[in-house]
Amino acid sequence: MSSTSEAFLRPHIELKDVVFSRGGRRIFDGVSLRIPRGRITAIMGPSGTGKTTLLRLIGGQLKPDSGSIMVDGQSVPDLGRKALYRLRETMGMLFQSGALFTDLSVFENVAFPIRAHTRLPEDMLRDIVLMKLEAVGLRGARDLMPAQLSGGMTRRVALARSIALDPELIMYDEPFAGQDPIAMGVLVKLIRDLNHSMGMTSVMVSHDVPESLSISHYACILSDGQVIGDGTPDELRSHPSDKVQQFLQGHPDGPVPFHYTAVAPEEDWGIAGRGR
Amino acid sequence: MQPLVDLGRRGRELIESFGRSGQFLFGALAGMPDPRVGFPLLIKQLYFLGVLSLAIIVVSGLFIGMVLGLQGYTILSDYGSEAAIGQMIALTLVRELGPVVTALLFAGRAGSALTAEIGLMKATEQLSSMEMMGVDPLRRVIAPRFWAGFLAVPVLAAIFSVVGIWGGMLVGVEWLGVFEGSFWGNMQSSVDFSSDVMNGVIKSVVFGFVCTWIAVYQGYDCVPTSAGISSATTKTVVFSSLAVLGLDFVLTAVMFGDF
Repeated sequence: MSSTSEAFLRPHIELKDVVFSRGGRRIFDGVSLRIPRGRITAIMGPSGTGKTTLLRLIGGQLKPDSGSIMVDGQSVPDLGRKALYRLRETMGMLFQSGALFTDLSVFENVAFPIRAHTRLPEDMLRDIVLMKLEAVGLRGARDLMPAQLSGGMTRRVALARSIALDPELIMYDEPFAGQDPIAMGVLVKLIRDLNHSMGMTSVMVSHDVPESLSISHYACILSDGQVIGDGTPDELRSHPSDKVQQFLQGHPDGPVPFHYTAVAPEEDWGIAGRGR
Repeated sequence: MQPLVDLGRRGRELIESFGRSGQFLFGALAGMPDPRVGFPLLIKQLYFLGVLSLAIIVVSGLFIGMVLGLQGYTILSDYGSEAAIGQMIALTLVRELGPVVTALLFAGRAGSALTAEIGLMKATEQLSSMEMMGVDPLRRVIAPRFWAGFLAVPVLAAIFSVVGIWGGMLVGVEWLGVFEGSFWGNMQSSVDFSSDVMNGVIKSVVFGFVCTWIAVYQGYDCVPTSAGISSATTKTVVFSSLAVLGLDFVLTAVMFGDF
């Protein structure tokens, strides 16, 4: 049995028939998904398919209309406030914007979750924060303020903060969006190295296909509120679905149409019946 | 039929908003963080909301007191009672202008800043990231700001009244030549601690509570976009001003309406 199959036997996260609507629009219509423990899982799909919403459902910031979401054997929607906050102490989340606290320095941002949940002496806290910053290559930037950081550096500091408490699960929301090639390469390396060295479950939401497939052990593609394809990166590359292939190869038209639904052009431009 | 449906929807949204703000208030009141963490946060917010509002409060108090002195002298001297200017200035400031103008200035300077700050924290996902770190933003962000505003307004109102009385004295006694003994003596004999000063304090406590509640709730509940934050900031100033003026009438009727 392969190690990924073993990981599947005891999934870290399991979604069953999740239905979720917002603003009158159905975003998930019976999504089921098993995310293996200790592996990197990429969740991909076109913009607006609810990838970030999925992370918020897993983190308990949103509640599904129906269906179950189990994280580490606990049903997230049924958890009380205290239990949910305790569960979140075992999770880390890298937000797309970084979401650093703008009134705190880089050092204090990384120290924030440690100060909030532990009573470590100051010298020990300093060592831990510097170790986390060293892991993302920004030990020298400890005294900078968030406004002084580039986009790539902001995301690396946010990554250091999200691993400050050594979480068992880390969720990345569009980690590569808007990054230059060097910053993207650094983030790919960091995500791979962190998963390898800390053995945590990593869930990565992205639509950067080559980067995501290059580091993930398992991937799934969401579209129209459903999982339209899942498996190892190799299985996905040879997936028979046209929709999956259109997404992976970036074709502008196909099952996902180029044109947004509209009335017939003749009707819009008033050319129906002209020339008769 | 459609206007009726829209009216119903708006009514329902308004009631929902009241419900949410009540829940939010309960969360903020019940959720002061552990004193080890919460006390420094409270002190920091007292500095931002209270100390940094001092300049506008002192300058406004001084000018309003001076205008009261000038107007009071002009009116009272027609009746030969300019000696009563001290009690007029003190009663006007302690009962009415101190609490009301302080609350209006607080809503404009500190309330709008609170709303914009919390709204921006929401728009930049700082509140969400805090939640995902297992830290409740109601306790960490809202509670210290709420308590700081609640504590700052009565103190600012007291400072406003004191500076206003001093400004009135500058104009009445130093400039227009009202006898200093009558100015202070009339004030001492006519201003009652429990019925005038304490009622003014009660008003400023109520205004501080309401203005800060409106400011933090509008920030927390805003649509996290530029337009949403702008609209929430405007609502903070408009709702706070209307609430202060409306509540002032109600409180005045209850406190002094025993005719």
